[in-house]
Amino acid sequence: MGVLDSKVPSGPLAEKWTKHKNEINLVNPANKRLIDIIVVGTGLAGGAAAATLAELGYNVKTFCYQDSPRRAHSIAAQGGINAAKNYQGDGDSPYRLFYDTVKGGDYRSREANVYRLAEESVNIIDQCVAQGVPFAREYGGLLDNRSFGGVLVSRTFYAKGQTGQQLLLGAYSAMNRQINRGKITPYNRHEMMDLVLVDGKARGIIARNLVTGEIERHAAHAVVLATGGYGNVFFLSTNAMGSNVMAAWRAHRKGAFFANPCFTQIHPTCIPVSGDHQSKLTLMSESLRNDGRIWVPKRKEDAEAIRAGKLKPTQLGEEERDYYLERRYPAFGNLVPRDVASRAAKERCDAGYGVNKTGEAVYLDFAAAIQRYGKEKALTSGLKNPDAATITKLGEEVIENKYGNLFQMYEKIVDENPYKTPMMIYPAVHYTMGGLWVDYNLMTTIPGCYSAGEANFSDHGANRLGASALMQGLADGYFVLPYTIGDYLSDDIRTGPISPDTDEFVKAEEEVKARLEKLMSGNGLHSVDHYHKKLGKIMWNKCGMARNEKDLKSAIKEISELRKDFWENVKIPGEINAKNQELEKAGRVADFLELGELFAKDALTRNESCGGHFREEYQTEEGEALRDDKNFTFVSAWEYKGEPKDAVLHKEELKYENIELKTRSYK
Amino acid sequence: MSGLIKSSIARKVVMALSGLFLVFFLLQHFTINITSVIDPETFNSWSHFMGYNPLVQYVLQPILIAGVIIHFVMGFVLEIQNKKARGTSYVKYRGGANAPWVSRNMIYSGLVVLAFLGLHMYDFWVHEMAYKYVEVLPENPTRYHEETVEKFAPFWRTVIYVISFLLLSLHLWHGFASSFQTIGVNNKYSSAIRLFTKLFAIAVPLGFAFIAIYHHLNPITH
Amino acid sequence: MKLFLKIWRQKSAQDNGSMKDYTLDGVEGDMSFLEMLDVLNEELISKGEEPVEFDHDCREGICGMCSLQINGEPHGPDRLVTTCQLHMRKFNDGDTIVIEPFRAKAFPVIKDLVVDRSAFDRIQQAGGYVSVNTSGNTIDANAIPIEKEKADDAFNAATCIGCGACVAACKNASAMLFTSAKVSQYALLPQGRVEATDRVLNMVKQMDLEGFGNCTNTGACEVECPKGISLENIARLNREYLAASIKG
Repeated sequence: MGVLDSKVPSGPLAEKWTKHKNEINLVNPANKRLIDIIVVGTGLAGGAAAATLAELGYNVKTFCYQDSPRRAHSIAAQGGINAAKNYQGDGDSPYRLFYDTVKGGDYRSREANVYRLAEESVNIIDQCVAQGVPFAREYGGLLDNRSFGGVLVSRTFYAKGQTGQQLLLGAYSAMNRQINRGKITPYNRHEMMDLVLVDGKARGIIARNLVTGEIERHAAHAVVLATGGYGNVFFLSTNAMGSNVMAAWRAHRKGAFFANPCFTQIHPTCIPVSGDHQSKLTLMSESLRNDGRIWVPKRKEDAEAIRAGKLKPTQLGEEERDYYLERRYPAFGNLVPRDVASRAAKERCDAGYGVNKTGEAVYLDFAAAIQRYGKEKALTSGLKNPDAATITKLGEEVIENKYGNLFQMYEKIVDENPYKTPMMIYPAVHYTMGGLWVDYNLMTTIPGCYSAGEANFSDHGANRLGASALMQGLADGYFVLPYTIGDYLSDDIRTGPISPDTDEFVKAEEEVKARLEKLMSGNGLHSVDHYHKKLGKIMWNKCGMARNEKDLKSAIKEISELRKDFWENVKIPGEINAKNQELEKAGRVADFLELGELFAKDALTRNESCGGHFREEYQTEEGEALRDDKNFTFVSAWEYKGEPKDAVLHKEELKYENIELKTRSYK
Repeated sequence: MSGLIKSSIARKVVMALSGLFLVFFLLQHFTINITSVIDPETFNSWSHFMGYNPLVQYVLQPILIAGVIIHFVMGFVLEIQNKKARGTSYVKYRGGANAPWVSRNMIYSGLVVLAFLGLHMYDFWVHEMAYKYVEVLPENPTRYHEETVEKFAPFWRTVIYVISFLLLSLHLWHGFASSFQTIGVNNKYSSAIRLFTKLFAIAVPLGFAFIAIYHHLNPITH
Repeated sequence: MKLFLKIWRQKSAQDNGSMKDYTLDGVEGDMSFLEMLDVLNEELISKGEEPVEFDHDCREGICGMCSLQINGEPHGPDRLVTTCQLHMRKFNDGDTIVIEPFRAKAFPVIKDLVVDRSAFDRIQQAGGYVSVNTSGNTIDANAIPIEKEKADDAFNAATCIGCGACVAACKNASAMLFTSAKVSQYALLPQGRVEATDRVLNMVKQMDLEGFGNCTNTGACEVECPKGISLENIARLNREYLAASIKG
């Protein structure tokens, strides 16, 4: 077992969680009042955890770098949230959701965690409806569902293309209730700069007040990190501009193992890059693949003509189009999992069939769906022999009702009307399956330091299925962490308040200040963004959708050089003790420059292709990912030893007792 | 209940209800006045009734005066609060890009109407009070039409009246429908309310202006 | 294209700010407004000047962090967009663009174009929630059917991103659209009706305490709202408030 103890309870899979909940230690309500918990990050996982912990009686402090918890990037999740409710009666069950998730993750996730997630998924929907989350409903007044990639049932609950927003506002409202009760003290516009350990236990954090620049010490009995993913290591991603790895990385440097950093999800349907000025990429929800058909021209000449602006996509007939997903994967068609769809798009574009100026875009076409819905609507509205224009109009209305905000967003950004001409899309970095290693209780390798949501690694293996991130964030936050943390805190009921004035805190504060001063004292040659963009280019070109040994090795070298350059030459104007967005960015990029190298190192170590990790050396003749279950059915958990190159690999063997490992097929 | 007196919404409701009351009064006033053009005798008899009926004089008239005072005092209070709520003003503010002029300048149209009310009260109400309570002249049910027409003999007064009616129209154009929104009515009938508001805001002030101009152009010659 | 920018610069909340002029060349139509400011900031940094601070995060129009009063309108001249989704193709070569922070007494400036909108958080904290425990031990989600139209209306109200454009646009700096959106979401759902009376009274009380102005129904908020939140919500808030005041 080595140093990693996953603490998965014994017993049959379906009973593990209940059994565990029955057996773990509890803290009685009176004692909870004596315990303080810090929650860093206020997205779905952090917000939900903070609300529930406060409701249970703990004293909670929340931290977020935004001006309000409501702005956490969970808000941008569009398509929906999975739950094994089986409201559609299409044979869904927690087991099937569990199975789909493990298979979708290409058999690199921990069985017991995933099953628990599937089990809790049903509670999430009940909980959110009770909170007043306005999910989409059918005319009968019951909840509506849609389908997402990689599954054969309809289990996704949604609120138009704004599901993440509605769920986050739900969690935020639950937080507000506790803030009003005085059980949560929110520290907004605050960034965690370091984790403080006392006697080997996480006992607090050092935070920077982003308005005044003041460095603050905050002590608690336990620290929860729910700070999201690190997709911004690629500079361009669908993450928010401020999304960063700092909190997780600081914990990593203090002893928390970092798991599977190379497992990154490249989402297939994003708006393509338009130029060098681009600051971020915008996702078009996967739910669009319910109704949109993905294609490129069959003939290369047509693709070239389109790129040159001589041909319009609408001028190409059915037989001149290559619906490559439907061709290659007839069973799942346009609804294959994200990693598969992304690679297929890259394959077509690399082969010269891309359809925008840069040659890096494919079409997502709604014409067929508009016609289909239009006819259906005409029929149900009792229109006999409607003309083509009426059908189109009715169809467009249905599409607008389903995806209106996404279509509007596309039109604003691209300046084309997606109702009339197919959308152009291309894969982009979206989600990171890797993160802090946690055990079954969501505790990292630092006692008392927990991690929830995207920030941890546990549930999605090598590839996350659509609509599962929201599910995981809320399950961790509302239903898992608040209970498992009690097991740890039950030993702390007599500890009394933790003082933020001990040597450990003072020392940590000094280190943080020294680091900031070092950043400010660079030679002033290049801006922070200059380095971030360079890092992003290395990551995208060498650690992106397809990776190989040579590139990864050179990436490691380049990143390490870039890091050195950064610390010597970065230019940060403004003051250290004041609001300073450049300084904020610099701290984040400094950590990305370390993580990026570990990322490449992890990818280099994993000599197989699985999920989002595609090594060109390991593929089938048809170009599908080739997994190596014999040698790589493990979680890579990296221990910090100074430079990323010195990081030590620990393996958590993954045991599949309930699922047979199979080659993933969506054909 | 305290919210009913102190809250921002309550103050707005007071504005809306007093405004609606004044709109109703305006209609009543117009109905009587238009008879001065159509049939002077009806005008005289109705005016006499209004001037000497105890219910009108001792109950409705004070209510009306209170309504006017409440409406304009509250209007000032709100305006001052609203100005304060901005804090630092914008260097560039394109109010016209998102809201009609009338809705943004109720205070100005209101002030003009208020100033007009001063003149109007001086012209008619002060005269009436003096006639009845200071000079204690005998009742004369036939004097009203002639007195009214005489008032509009001077060109300047007629012009002031007409301009004021224009501003009254602008004030009504926003205020009438807006009152319904404030008391919580915004439903399928709202477009009808807005249409009626526009018709009312044009017709009634236009009618008043017509009366003024008519009397100016048709003086009584003895 | 080449642009002339007039930008509000203010070192901190305590300082008096002023407008500063900048000229920016090489702006492309495909850039978002914030990307244009990124380019300006890179120039300023290379010249050793302090970059312009502005709030932004998701850059896809949903987090509500970006603000900016652009040429006298919140989020600029385009409709149904936030500043991050406003694209430079809406401007012409040689244009002068005036960029200011959202102005309201309840939104004090922190630095440059960054304002403090925590007043909105406090309004929500006063009652913008349903008081159910987050334990998951509640009734089945489908136990209470909700009329689709009502659910859709509740959703539309709930799409408010809390950016503050309504306040910035309103000549009275009123926060009625924001407050009414939250009150409406819950007022329309059976789950929210239970506490409807206290919620509306408490939220309006907090809104007034924060120093926002009074609604005079100009409708500017609805026009400028990036999410198209309807004025019907304000009427509903008025209705709910009156009923609650009489009752409670």
